[in-house]
Amino acid sequence: MPQMNMLEAIRDALDVKMSQDSDVLVFGEDVGYFGGVFRATAGLQEKHGLHRCFDTPISEGGIVGIAIGMAANGLRPVAEIQFADYIYPAYDQIASEAARLRYRSNGDFTAPLTIRTPVGGGIYGGTTHSQSPEALFTHIAGLKTIIPSNPYDAKGMLIDAIEDNDPVLFLEPKRLYNGPFDGDPHAPAKAWRGHELGEVPAGHYTVPMGKARKISKGSDVTILAYGTMVWVADKVAKDMGLDADILDLRSLLPLDMDAIEKSVNKTGRCVILHEATRTSGFGAELSAQVQERCFYSLEAPIQRVTGWDTPYPHAQEWAYFPGPKRVGNALRTVMGAA
Amino acid sequence: MSTPKRSNSSRLYVPEPQFRPGDTPDYSHIAVPVAHTPPRPDPLCDPHETVPHATKLIRVLRFSGEAAGDWVPEISAEALRGALRDLVLTRAMDDRMFNMQRQGKMSFYMKSAGEEAVSVGHAMALRDADMIFPTYRQQGILIHRGASIKEMMCQCLSNSGDPLDGKSIPVLYSFKKHGFFSISGNLGTQLIQGVGWGMASAYKNSDEIASVFTGEGATAEGDFHYALNFASTYRAPCIINVVNNQWAISSFQGIAAGEGETFAARGTGYGLATLRVDGNDILAVYAATKWAAERARKGGGATLIEHFTYRKSGHSTSDDPTKYRPENEPDVWPFGDPVDRLKGHLIHIGEWDEDRHAALEEEAKLEIRETYKAAEAMGNLSGETQVNDYTMFEQVYEHALPHLDEQKRMFAAERD
Repeated sequence: MPQMNMLEAIRDALDVKMSQDSDVLVFGEDVGYFGGVFRATAGLQEKHGLHRCFDTPISEGGIVGIAIGMAANGLRPVAEIQFADYIYPAYDQIASEAARLRYRSNGDFTAPLTIRTPVGGGIYGGTTHSQSPEALFTHIAGLKTIIPSNPYDAKGMLIDAIEDNDPVLFLEPKRLYNGPFDGDPHAPAKAWRGHELGEVPAGHYTVPMGKARKISKGSDVTILAYGTMVWVADKVAKDMGLDADILDLRSLLPLDMDAIEKSVNKTGRCVILHEATRTSGFGAELSAQVQERCFYSLEAPIQRVTGWDTPYPHAQEWAYFPGPKRVGNALRTVMGAA
Repeated sequence: MSTPKRSNSSRLYVPEPQFRPGDTPDYSHIAVPVAHTPPRPDPLCDPHETVPHATKLIRVLRFSGEAAGDWVPEISAEALRGALRDLVLTRAMDDRMFNMQRQGKMSFYMKSAGEEAVSVGHAMALRDADMIFPTYRQQGILIHRGASIKEMMCQCLSNSGDPLDGKSIPVLYSFKKHGFFSISGNLGTQLIQGVGWGMASAYKNSDEIASVFTGEGATAEGDFHYALNFASTYRAPCIINVVNNQWAISSFQGIAAGEGETFAARGTGYGLATLRVDGNDILAVYAATKWAAERARKGGGATLIEHFTYRKSGHSTSDDPTKYRPENEPDVWPFGDPVDRLKGHLIHIGEWDEDRHAALEEEAKLEIRETYKAAEAMGNLSGETQVNDYTMFEQVYEHALPHLDEQKRMFAAERD
């Protein structure tokens, strides 16, 4: 089985789809000749041609705008927004246009496009290279928002997104590109090589949307996480010796509420993790739904572990990041009520 | 450049139209070119050759009805009579729908009075497979392309015959089968999408082009810049149309952009070909579109066309234009009425007369009245035959997602 890091898995997914389907185009800022600032598209222009993988002006609204028009004209564009922090000029095109086109035309026109963009901190990117804006997108009817936490899922989910007939926002936790990250910035960086989820099959496969992945099975507590926080959860739960049911949600919308409900009804405890700011974060939605469905199974109040309600700071990156200590405290709180 | 007339004790310059309600509008200062400048260059010319065209005005029809100059297109008398019929039918439909809105049959309506020639002349010069990214004042394109007027009316009435199942407000049509993209209520957003549609067409080695529309008001949106920039960068096969009808709801065109330059001239800095055309002159609109379409189809890239015209009605049924401009301003607008001008031309060349015109208008009115009756028989917004409420859950995604299914069940319980 080929070993890949997450960037290689993403590149492989693009390569597989571009090889299979001439309707698949890849474009964005610096993605062509150079292969992207994170190298996710390296080699694709050389292999598939200038007209299939190309650079765009620095214009996120324009990038998503042309993607909508191309998708409406039968193509399957995959647009890269260099950092999720830069996606806001495209927000109108995503929220008012891509997500609404099918609805307002009653299915007459559709926009089967994929937008890839790196999210999250951990690389000293400060306020403009670290954000996790997923909740701004899960609030939009007509859009799907997904986020892998490992190379295997990244490839299968990206292929699935490209093949989907609805617009999909594919968020890439940049701190996980090269290896799983358990929240300790001082520990030596780990690589995906040797990790079970770094084994990525060659060729075509999909990881369908709307299904969470069990990272570990347990009965003490349910931890709901996605992206980078999945691996922080795993490390902290192991260190604490907790028998935790850790769900990597993978797909925020559609959301695998069945899996969440089953798990919380079993454990009676729920901790929700995300790197994004707290107020109106996706954790609020998760917390509300768990409360609505599992209230009589809950043994303790639901806990949320998140970034602070500040912009993502530069020098204070690790003070902002919801690291092992904050996660551990929440787990102790929820277990302490036993 | 106009000087603000109202009290202004600050150095901040805020542009004002020359005439407000109560004023006597006088447009004698607007030069209506009688010579038919500028000349028609080769459609594949260097874009710089069209720089003068951005500040002049392409005209074909003189007020005498004579067609003259470099841009006189070859159109048969029969096709011209067809165009006249499209214009008259569009106007008759607009009038009928406006009145029916006033009677409470629909929530809203938008007329295209005064601008019909822009749509009809443009559509005549394109192929039916060319994709239009319209605004809400391009109903003339649908009429020209033979869309079902009954379906259009049903859309406005949000009734059981509405192809959009009541999901969109009146006039925001979607007719893929007629190359008419779903209209967004967010202005300007579709310009860049049309450029992308054209890029996809080029990618597929198809010679279909895209034609995108905005009013002059929404050229102030960033999307307009995106569109011009991407169209230039990728030489997208498209036409970018700015319909300058002088008014964006209540804001005169000087608010959309400084009054120092035309909207067509916006294209010059992007290296696009630029044409500025008398939008009340259907032959000029046709000729300019034909030129731009040929340029786009042959790989010459995009053209920005400013259609200089006048919005005779309010923005929509929701505003009263006499509250912000003189009541008789539409009557003194110096470029005449597009229907009258084509009619005058046909009479001038001996292919039409007043009797036939009166008969055409009567026939159009009758057709619209009968069609409306058939449409309203399928219900109206306040009547009984409405669209099925449950359809609101459909077409959010290709396949319903679990949370939407659940909400549909919640809605069903609410209805029990």
